[in-house]
Amino acid sequence: MIPFRALMQPHRIVMLALLLGAVVWCAVALRWDWIPEYAPLAMEGLWRTIWILVVTCVLGFLLAIPLGLAQAVGPWYLSAPARVFCTVIRGTPLLLQIWLLYYGLGSLFPQIPWIRGSELWPYLRQAWPYAVLALTLSYAGYEGEVMRGAFSSVNKGQLEAANAFGMPRFTMFRRIWLPQAIRNVLPTLGGETILQLKATPLVATITVVELYAVSSRVRSDTFIVYEPLILLAVFYMIIAGIIALMFRRFENRVPG
Amino acid sequence: MEFFFETLGLTESAKLLSLSPPGWGGNLLRGLANSLQIAFGAFGFGLLIGLFGAYGKLYGGVVLRDLLAVYTTVIRAVPELVLILILYYVGTDLINQLSQAMGYGRVEISGVVAGIWVLGVVQGAYATEVLRGAIQAIPPGQIEAARAYGMPPLMLMRRVTIPAMMSFATPGLANLWLIATKDTALLAIVGFSELTLETRQAAASTRAYFTFFLAAGALYLIVTLCSGVVFARIEKWARRGQPSLKGAGR
Repeated sequence: MIPFRALMQPHRIVMLALLLGAVVWCAVALRWDWIPEYAPLAMEGLWRTIWILVVTCVLGFLLAIPLGLAQAVGPWYLSAPARVFCTVIRGTPLLLQIWLLYYGLGSLFPQIPWIRGSELWPYLRQAWPYAVLALTLSYAGYEGEVMRGAFSSVNKGQLEAANAFGMPRFTMFRRIWLPQAIRNVLPTLGGETILQLKATPLVATITVVELYAVSSRVRSDTFIVYEPLILLAVFYMIIAGIIALMFRRFENRVPG
Repeated sequence: MEFFFETLGLTESAKLLSLSPPGWGGNLLRGLANSLQIAFGAFGFGLLIGLFGAYGKLYGGVVLRDLLAVYTTVIRAVPELVLILILYYVGTDLINQLSQAMGYGRVEISGVVAGIWVLGVVQGAYATEVLRGAIQAIPPGQIEAARAYGMPPLMLMRRVTIPAMMSFATPGLANLWLIATKDTALLAIVGFSELTLETRQAAASTRAYFTFFLAAGALYLIVTLCSGVVFARIEKWARRGQPSLKGAGR
């Protein structure tokens, strides 16, 4: 964070005053009377954005660990598919992937009788499973590449030492290899998580009502263009700031 | 060829993807051309903003530096989709007000120009950071030496700074170019008919979703892989004369 002293330079005081003026002007001159009506919906959307973000990041990261491991040390029949997966995910737009899964699978599933009859069908008819799946795969693809570098950059001597102690392979992975790999990429992970936050509005295009979809609804209902978008941008900046702060605290807690 | 498609059961898909009118291949390729056009324009516009931004951040006054910090922070924290909508509305509004003030009527803004403007402003923030890092990685003695000879700033930029920073900037710029090609897909949401939107229209009217989305994915992937090759060559060219880093640091 910027220390208080650094903010007290004359030009920064003037700029802060201008910013304050702009905020006051926005509050007075623009229309905000729609807020009470849409506040409950917006809260719901905010909550949905946050849980989609958390769920897809956690699942994607769990998927990224085997992907990274396969690429770093796996035999060719594991590393080649993992590399192809990462290349395809990173080489095509997320919007296309979301639409492929939602429209493609969504039109395929109703034709298969045992899926229609299964317990999962009520969920598969909704949009959010496809959104979560697409975002998870995307995060896994980007993170798999990051973890590949992380796994291969861990010091070999550490692994050899664990081997010499007769540590079982899985224990070695859990206690030594994985923690060091994660520590090395924490800053990158923070950035990638913010990128994931910025990818969440795309799921609004497949009718998942999250924060961005709420602002679109306000726009189409009331024909107010700028106010919902400005508020939306502020919300995203706040969430991104919180993510950055959280990752900084993590990094500080981990011994370098 | 016919036999090949038939054995794979792809006759139907091949017919749908054929270039002449009953097939939609022509539409997809037109969409791809639009996407690439916008990606090129936005990348170039972004580079221009980035170059000025990096110079401003490194050598500008305190006010300029703070303003640029605000610009890069805000752009990198807000989703591209939201920025695209804001910039799209702001841009069209401003131009319309300007033209009305000058006595012309409302102006129709072409999708390509709007797309380039919107994505260029977004790219500019990232390019600023990439180029600033690259300029900072140049050994300062080189720039100081040029200054000591009394080289004017523009010539210094052309002869020393840009060639010396190329090798540091190329990996970051390659990444940016890939982001630019993929971000053009977002323009589908403001209704610009680039590859993704064309694909969706084709898919929706033929109900062959997998065929078209997979075909579009393949097109994007081809662009990505080809640009990877091109940028590898550019990087090799930018590094000419530098010692190879292979095997270093072991």
